[in-house]
Amino acid sequence: MLNRVMEWFRTLFGTTSSSSVAKERLRLVLLSDHLALAPDVIEAMRRDIFEVISRYVEVDEAHSDVSFEHKDEGIAMLASIPIVSLKPREPEAGLGDQSSPKEETSVLETVSVNGHNSDNYGRRPRKRRRRKASGASQTAPAQ
Amino acid sequence: METQRVFSAPSESSPQIEIHAPPSPVESQKTPKTRGRTIVVTSGKGGVGKTTTTANLGVALAARGARVVLIDADVGLRNLDLVLGLESRVRYHVLDVLEGRVSLADALVRDKRVPTLYLLAAAQNREKDDIATDAMVGLVEQLRDEFDYVLIDSPAGIEMGFKNAVAGADEAIVVCTPEVAAVRDVDRVIGLLGNRINAQLVVNRIRPALVRKGKMLSVEDVNAILRLPLLGVLGDAADVIVSTNRGEPVALDEASATGAAYRTIAARIAGEDVPAPQAAEPDGFMDKLGSFFGGRR
Repeated sequence: MLNRVMEWFRTLFGTTSSSSVAKERLRLVLLSDHLALAPDVIEAMRRDIFEVISRYVEVDEAHSDVSFEHKDEGIAMLASIPIVSLKPREPEAGLGDQSSPKEETSVLETVSVNGHNSDNYGRRPRKRRRRKASGASQTAPAQ
Repeated sequence: METQRVFSAPSESSPQIEIHAPPSPVESQKTPKTRGRTIVVTSGKGGVGKTTTTANLGVALAARGARVVLIDADVGLRNLDLVLGLESRVRYHVLDVLEGRVSLADALVRDKRVPTLYLLAAAQNREKDDIATDAMVGLVEQLRDEFDYVLIDSPAGIEMGFKNAVAGADEAIVVCTPEVAAVRDVDRVIGLLGNRINAQLVVNRIRPALVRKGKMLSVEDVNAILRLPLLGVLGDAADVIVSTNRGEPVALDEASATGAAYRTIAARIAGEDVPAPQAAEPDGFMDKLGSFFGGRR
């Protein structure tokens, strides 16, 4: 608890303790250890995610970010993808045409789950879900 | 006289450390024909305190009256005998037994300070691949019929030596220091131990003052990643270095805070419901005062 407060003060005054740096570095290295994902695999996964989402909406790939976040309960993949417009949808039975493209830009932020992985981890993967109501400008990765 | 502060558990259930013969009620219930527990002490990374932990937990468990055998599985880099101060008494080693040159009884070195403690040393002039996993498992199985605890000191790494050390164990004590490399390696080791082995964590070399200043990972930081049941925390204390220099395990030193922490961890291993020891303050005022006056121990 005290450590949390101290950490908060440190972030307030713009200094990062070396133990926080250590935690962050460990977080990242263990992520790739667990997922056994090389950076090129992560890149391929990112492309696939864009491809799927692009089938439904037009996204701003340049301002997108796919990152990983570690919370107490585990590691989560965080994708922040600005939606430029909705794509015209195939009209469904019983529904009117709702395909008028929206001018408003919104951000789709989705979290998928990765628990521990590879070897015989006897741990439960934990589901996490998060949604942020934010504008297109706030697409920076959560640091 | 010191026993009250040595064991924090109620006095009726805790044996006196000076008296080795009478086992605690917990232990004596075990002795009649129950097979001993087999525990590997491991970490992945070298230099985090596996051997020191094995030696001291062995001493502390034996001082409680349990029959304990320590196996040094670090073939080629034998050190457990040195940390225990038994190096001059080692005549035979694990491979002498496994290759049938001597009997198991002949190869066991009895610790005269704690008479229920025995050591089976590693071969110094051989290689880790010289031991067959099956033979090692057989040896451990044989020993658990005779002893309450079989503690296996694993070598660093995750290769053959590690696999041999782990193969015969049902439980693991995983030693980690608050360093990124150690945490990463332990994380890997936990994965390799799998579900068969019940693993618990000992965090070694914590310096509370540095943790408070944000200059060292805390026990919570470490275990937020590893997520193991915490057996205990050990400070980065000078008395461990001194005791290793002398070959006198710190768990025998009743005045030592680290020794007390090892004894508490041993009590927890034995099933006593006592809280996990936290790191003492080695860099506290009294310690500084001590080093200022040049206490050379």
